[in-house]
Amino acid sequence: MALQVGDTREQVVIEKLNRTHIVKYAGASGDFNPIHHDEIFAKEVAGYPSVFAHGMLSMGLTGRALTDWLGVTALKRYGVRFTRQVWPGDTLTAKFEVTKVEDGLATIKVVTVNQDGETVIEGEAVAKADAV
Amino acid sequence: MADEGFEFPVDRTQVMLFARSLLDIRPEYWDPNDPATKAVGGITVPPTFVQCSAHWQPDYPLDLTRPRKEPRQPRPEGQGGGGLGRGLHAEQHYEYHHPIFVGDTLTVTTRPGRRWEKEGRRGGKLQFSETITEYRNQDGVLCVTAISVGVQTEKAVEQ
Repeated sequence: MALQVGDTREQVVIEKLNRTHIVKYAGASGDFNPIHHDEIFAKEVAGYPSVFAHGMLSMGLTGRALTDWLGVTALKRYGVRFTRQVWPGDTLTAKFEVTKVEDGLATIKVVTVNQDGETVIEGEAVAKADAV
Repeated sequence: MADEGFEFPVDRTQVMLFARSLLDIRPEYWDPNDPATKAVGGITVPPTFVQCSAHWQPDYPLDLTRPRKEPRQPRPEGQGGGGLGRGLHAEQHYEYHHPIFVGDTLTVTTRPGRRWEKEGRRGGKLQFSETITEYRNQDGVLCVTAISVGVQTEKAVEQ
C-alpha cells in the first residue's frame, strides 16, 4: 500500500518543551548560540522574552515524525522555513499531507504547529512512495 | 568556489546522543544487533544529523567556548556579533543522495549561495544568505546536500 495523494498523518512531536530539551539539542548538535540556553543573554543582550528553541530542534523533531511514518530509508528531500519561534512550554504537532505522487516519489506538505495552532515550521518532503 | 573541507567522522555515540535529543529511540540509530538496523545495512542517522558536523567545523561561529590553539579573530564591525544574537536561521533544506552509516568519514565542503535583502515588517532590514554544504563519504560518494538560509536582523524579532 503505497502513499496516495490525500494521505495525511499527524503526530505530537514534543509536549511542553523545556529548557533541558533545548540544552540537550545544543550539546548534541554543537549549536551553542547562547540565545538558546542563556536566559540573561537572550533577554538582556538580544532582547527576547526568554531563550527559545533552535529552529533545527523543531525540524529534527518533525523529521522524527517523518521517519516514524516512512522509515529511515525513504526520504529523498526535506526542507522547511522557520516561521515562528518555539518557546519553553510549547507543545508541537507535526502535520503531513501527500500532495503529489509521480515516478514513485511522493511529495509531502509539512507543517508543524504549536499549541495555539500557529505554524512554527512549514515546508516539504519528498519520499519513496512505496515506503509504507 | 567551495573550500577544501574538513573531515567529520560519524560516531555511534554521537548518533545516539543526537537521536535522543530529538526524543528518537528507534534502534536503527543505536543498536547494531536489532533486525531493523541489520535490514538497513547498519546504524544510520536521522534526517538532520549532518548538523553535528558543527563539532568538527574549524572556526564554527556558534560555540565561543570551544578551546582553540589560536585565539579567535575579532569580527569586523557591523557583522551582528558574529552571528550570535541577531543571526537567525530562516530555512534549511536537505537532499538525500546516499545513506550515511556509523563508521563513515564524511568530507564536508561549503560554498556560499545566493544573497538578498528584504524589508522586514517588524525587524527592520533583513539580510538573507545561503550556504550550501556537501557531505561526501570515504568513497567520494555524495551523501547529503544541505542548503541553509540565514538572516541577519537589525532588531530582535517580535512575536
